[in-house]
Amino acid sequence: MFVRCSAVIATVALLSSPAIAQGAKPTDPQIAHIAYTAGVIDITAAKQAIKKAKSKDVKTFAEDMVRDHETVNKQALALVKKLKVTPEDNDTSRALSKQASDKLAELDKLNGAAFDKAYVANEVAYHKSVNGALETELIPSANNAELKSLLQTGLKIFQGHQQHAEHVAAELK
Amino acid sequence: MPGRLSAVATAVVLMAMVVPAHAATIQITMENLAISPAEVSAKVGDTIEWVNKDVFAHTATANNGDFDVTLPPKKSAPFVVKKPGTVDYYCRYHPNMKATLKIGP
Repeated sequence: MFVRCSAVIATVALLSSPAIAQGAKPTDPQIAHIAYTAGVIDITAAKQAIKKAKSKDVKTFAEDMVRDHETVNKQALALVKKLKVTPEDNDTSRALSKQASDKLAELDKLNGAAFDKAYVANEVAYHKSVNGALETELIPSANNAELKSLLQTGLKIFQGHQQHAEHVAAELK
Repeated sequence: MPGRLSAVATAVVLMAMVVPAHAATIQITMENLAISPAEVSAKVGDTIEWVNKDVFAHTATANNGDFDVTLPPKKSAPFVVKKPGTVDYYCRYHPNMKATLKIGP
């Protein structure tokens, strides 16, 4: 219950982070930074899970997250280089990073099955909120067509991750 | 030389004719997180070849456990269908990728 509550709080906090909630339209360099940061956060979380997870399914899921998010971020880096865009730090990516490091510390205190459940629950919540941000804010705000298309691919990948995480969560119960 | 060439051509045509009609190879593409065509009809003995055009790894995993084919990025992999029936399958990494094989006898 504690886990579920904190996941919901994290989702709400993420959705109400300043740049997203107030509809201040992010620029392409900001969008690139938010998307890249969101990927880095999930890779860091997955690396913690690869070390700590007890369940084989959870470990495998975490490895899938590292592989996919590294691939997406590699593409994102290639694209910003090609477009000569410098990703720009902003309130949303800072809020994301802050929440993520708090979550990482919180999960670090858990072990075994308790860690597994909390990590997977957070993965469901995290992908859900990132997908929400992509759909309602980042994709509609993106100006460059290639950036928009990469974000759209990212959304499909992350929707897949959300469902995958939901399957893993269901099997842990 | 032209005689030999046409003999070879005839042989190729003949060989193509003696290959049983059911041993077809059917390509299914995975691109941009979508499986296309999403519904394919095949017959027992046919080869399904999944072609992964994405930079992401995918799988073709049957809901009923009949097959679980891993497709690394930009790779393809074959699977010979062995029993009739309708099999729904999905990608284990991205379960929003779904498709159906209709396998006739």
